[in-house]
Amino acid sequence: MSTKKEPFLKRLMDNPWLLLVLGVVIPFLSYTVWGWIEILLVKPAQLP
Amino acid sequence: MATNSTSETRTCDTTGLPVCLTAQLFIKLSAVCAVVFLLLGGVAAILLALTRWQTIHLLPVDWFYRILTFHGLNMLIFWILFFEVAVLYFACTVPLKAKLFSRKVAWVGFIMMLVGAVMVDYIILKGKADVLMTSYLPLLAHPAFYLGIILVAVGTLIGVFNFFATLYVAKRDKTYEGSVPLVTFGATAAAIIAVVTLLHGAIVMIPTFTFAMGWTPEPDPMWYRTIWWGLGHQSQQVNVCAMVAIWYLVGYLATGAKPINETVCRGAFVLYILFINLASAHHLLVDPAVGATWKIWNTSYAMYLAVLASMIHGFTVPASVEMAMRYKGYTKGLFGWVTKLPWRNPAFSAAVLSVVIFGFIGGITGVTLGTQQINIIAHNTLRITGHFHATVVGGTSLAFMGLTYYVIPLIFQRDFIGKGWARIQPWLFGGGILMVSLGMSFAGSLGVPRRDYDIEPAGVYGASSHLFLGIMGVGAIIAVLALLIFVLLCVGTLLFGKKNAGRPIYDWGTAVALPGADESKVDAHWGMKGTIALTAVFLMCFAVYYFANWKALADVWPVQ
Repeated sequence: MSTKKEPFLKRLMDNPWLLLVLGVVIPFLSYTVWGWIEILLVKPAQLP
Repeated sequence: MATNSTSETRTCDTTGLPVCLTAQLFIKLSAVCAVVFLLLGGVAAILLALTRWQTIHLLPVDWFYRILTFHGLNMLIFWILFFEVAVLYFACTVPLKAKLFSRKVAWVGFIMMLVGAVMVDYIILKGKADVLMTSYLPLLAHPAFYLGIILVAVGTLIGVFNFFATLYVAKRDKTYEGSVPLVTFGATAAAIIAVVTLLHGAIVMIPTFTFAMGWTPEPDPMWYRTIWWGLGHQSQQVNVCAMVAIWYLVGYLATGAKPINETVCRGAFVLYILFINLASAHHLLVDPAVGATWKIWNTSYAMYLAVLASMIHGFTVPASVEMAMRYKGYTKGLFGWVTKLPWRNPAFSAAVLSVVIFGFIGGITGVTLGTQQINIIAHNTLRITGHFHATVVGGTSLAFMGLTYYVIPLIFQRDFIGKGWARIQPWLFGGGILMVSLGMSFAGSLGVPRRDYDIEPAGVYGASSHLFLGIMGVGAIIAVLALLIFVLLCVGTLLFGKKNAGRPIYDWGTAVALPGADESKVDAHWGMKGTIALTAVFLMCFAVYYFANWKALADVWPVQ
């Protein structure tokens, strides 16, 4: 019986839990956390 | 085929697949609620269109914004989320021959969603939440408005949990072998995106609710906008995944089409999972608090990987249908197979129209308007509204309507009444929404703003703007009539449709193989030459529209 390991992409696609983690982490880092940091770094406007 | 039922499952008389009765119950409940909210949103749509159509200008100003809020939430959130829960419960049970994880969990999720949605609609119609769907702070609605949205979000999240738990149990109990079917994989992608979406909903709505109650300080408006779009835009990406899964399913049911390359199709869904949510940044392209690098990364470089995924699906769905038709013997010329497609099947015609409107109108405009530089000439104009009526209504809603022509016979076990009306309904709806989308887009190109009650006081909009608003209005009348036909057909079928238990469902029309058809004579690579030609037309349209917009931008800021 062949014990050849399945290709990485196939294993990734057959693993909904890993996809769930990646699907949550990537947008949270790229959009939410980075965006949140940008907003935090905005200095309060100075009155003239 | 005889019906072979146990206390927990029945055998489908058409497909032979076991149908979990608990899943069936919640598919029915969710689908019925979805159609009710669609009807409410549709009534609101015609009132809005007849107000923006300046010649008629139907509603008074306060009711315009009230109904606009009502329309947005019922169409973009309630109709879509209820239908998606139905799709998820179907995709994790029937194709996997599995039973739904928990009836109690399903009840909790469903009741929370229903109570939340009713609460939101009631409070809007009471005039306590004229804040539009986005409810941007510092606009403030009654606390029940936010609480209702939280209930809907958490209820849906519970439904998504039930979906994942069912996947886990099905895998553990080995109810299927190998990989899950593509439809289930597409639904999994939708469920993952839904998790991200609903988490953003909770993050933004809970502090806004506590602020509305007077318990906590006001959240920062810019923070609110950023996180809210993690809910608002991403909820539409859940739709995209569900819609694409429906395209594959209907293609299979009507023509026997199988994906030309499953790995590529699944890879495209993975690209959605990883990158499509970044598109939320499109809404903040003119906001000052987030920088250009954040905007360009999230709307261009990373986002284009999700656009690539849409283009893959946009190719593989028609290509797989073309290959199925050629295998059946329809091999004449480039497009001989097109005329032999089952056009009388309303599910199929709805899916085809959905692909075309979503791709040619929604997709092309979406990528173009999402470019930071071009966005500056389109932001907050009716062009944006024209774009998302092509994606969400012409794309998603039409695909969902198409699937309903199978859901009711297969799950409610009643054959449709008024089959002649059903066959023309997708064409009417698709045609109407095309007019709505193009009317909005062209009016927006002339500068007509979105979310604006009355453009006359500005005194700058000429006859052509009014012409396009009129086209939008006429299109809306046609689309809403088609929506009413759809709702009447669904309700009428549930009440008076002929029961089909014990026999296969009525055949809407499927492609049949010609005598002597020989699969081996079809070239596996160039067999899909018709789709390749259509793709070339699509890419040319894309290029022309994209560069025309850069020209329009250059006209605004001429380089001397």
